Amino acid sequence: MKLSYYPGCSLQGTALDYDQSVREFCSLVGVELVEIPDWNCCGASSAHMTRHEVGMRLPMRNLLLAAELGLDILVPCAACFQRLKAAEKSLREAPEYWDVERYQGNCRIIHISTFLASQAINEAIQQRISNLLKGMKLGCYYGCLSLRHPKITGVSNFEQPESLETIVRYVGAEPVPWSHRTECCSGSLTMARPDIARRLVGDLVEAAVRAGADALVTDCPMCQVNVESRQMDMAGGPRLPVYFVTELINAALTGDYPAKQKRLHLVDAGVLSAVMQENHRSREETV
Amino acid sequence: MNTDVINPEQGNRKFLAKLEEREVDVQACYQCGRCSAGCPITEFFDITTMEAVRLAAYGMEDILLRSKTIWLCAACETCATRCPNDIDIAVLMDVLRELALRKGVEPAEPRVAAFHSSFLGSIEHWGRAYEIGLIAAFKIRSGDYTGDMNLGMKMFSKGKLSLMPHSVKGKQEIKKIFSGKGKEYER
Repeated sequence: MKLSYYPGCSLQGTALDYDQSVREFCSLVGVELVEIPDWNCCGASSAHMTRHEVGMRLPMRNLLLAAELGLDILVPCAACFQRLKAAEKSLREAPEYWDVERYQGNCRIIHISTFLASQAINEAIQQRISNLLKGMKLGCYYGCLSLRHPKITGVSNFEQPESLETIVRYVGAEPVPWSHRTECCSGSLTMARPDIARRLVGDLVEAAVRAGADALVTDCPMCQVNVESRQMDMAGGPRLPVYFVTELINAALTGDYPAKQKRLHLVDAGVLSAVMQENHRSREETV
Repeated sequence: MNTDVINPEQGNRKFLAKLEEREVDVQACYQCGRCSAGCPITEFFDITTMEAVRLAAYGMEDILLRSKTIWLCAACETCATRCPNDIDIAVLMDVLRELALRKGVEPAEPRVAAFHSSFLGSIEHWGRAYEIGLIAAFKIRSGDYTGDMNLGMKMFSKGKLSLMPHSVKGKQEIKKIFSGKGKEYER
């Protein structure tokens, strides 16, 4: 399988480990990624929130660049995914409005979890799964933008999504049912209003702890950094690390969770190593 | 709750036309309140989401442009998704923020507006987000020099904040996008 790849700005910065784990995963299962040449920021969220024209034209430039490659586009960032989809919709409906002669739009925009939860990827995972994540309880955290607005994202079960739970089950861990899976982490408000960010993050971490989660797993780079960073100065200290979905799968596939990757978390991410060690030990005992 | 008497005849028709153009049918609201009930930021708003929709339907642009609500909305789109009348409330908020900036209305939440302009400044210049540059611009604009210092240092030590910007080759195309191409048609 060969796909275009749109990493987006977060994956070059605060979520650079997400980028590494996506690339590692794809090479593990034999999916070739072609990074869209000279891609630019999709503008999320400031552009569409304050300058509509800019907010549409920025992602459109990426779509036109991707069209030249002619491959489906893999997008790991929820915000980028939503902006590319919004731009695609408008390009299809009214290309002349955007000074584009015609937009064929043969390239599908695929959000990472849709890709990961697909049958083909499931089969590739099953072939080499280590089962070392057995017993790990995970709160699947989707946030907002890979789901909403469904008229843009095309997601049908946007209130009760299942893709992350499906993936967590593929790798042998246990998704916990909980209340805040699709709640907002405060998004781009976090820098201007850290107080609001702390409130939202506090609520959702509390809910996940209540449900018995050992950690959270997400497919959104913004959610990952917000939920970890806004736990740091919370009374009682941070409680749950937030893993990228591909980070988790890679650990399950390779049987190894590298210490240098663990160190990139803002919240102690040792629980994954602990679960894997425990499973190693009990496996050796049975042998 | 706002108890001022509102006269819809004084509503701004141009504003209503703008909403129509962006396909935000605020007139369809029957005040069920689901938008406000699901809003994660509602306790910080000065005008609730359902009030904002009704004020918009009356064309009460000025009250909305001066509100904190339009800046504190995180664009999570929960309200728009759950609206039984399919009113795109998230787009309503986008339109209001853009109008406030274009009309030079002083943002009731200046820090949020400072973040947006710092972020966009970084994209306009480099084509991709340059975090350290945007943090610096935000600090200068907001006057908040010490906030999140600890977090920033931590991210930096983990290699998650790059000193160098990630620049695109097509800078001219990005500049053109920001220069207001398309604006001629007042969209």
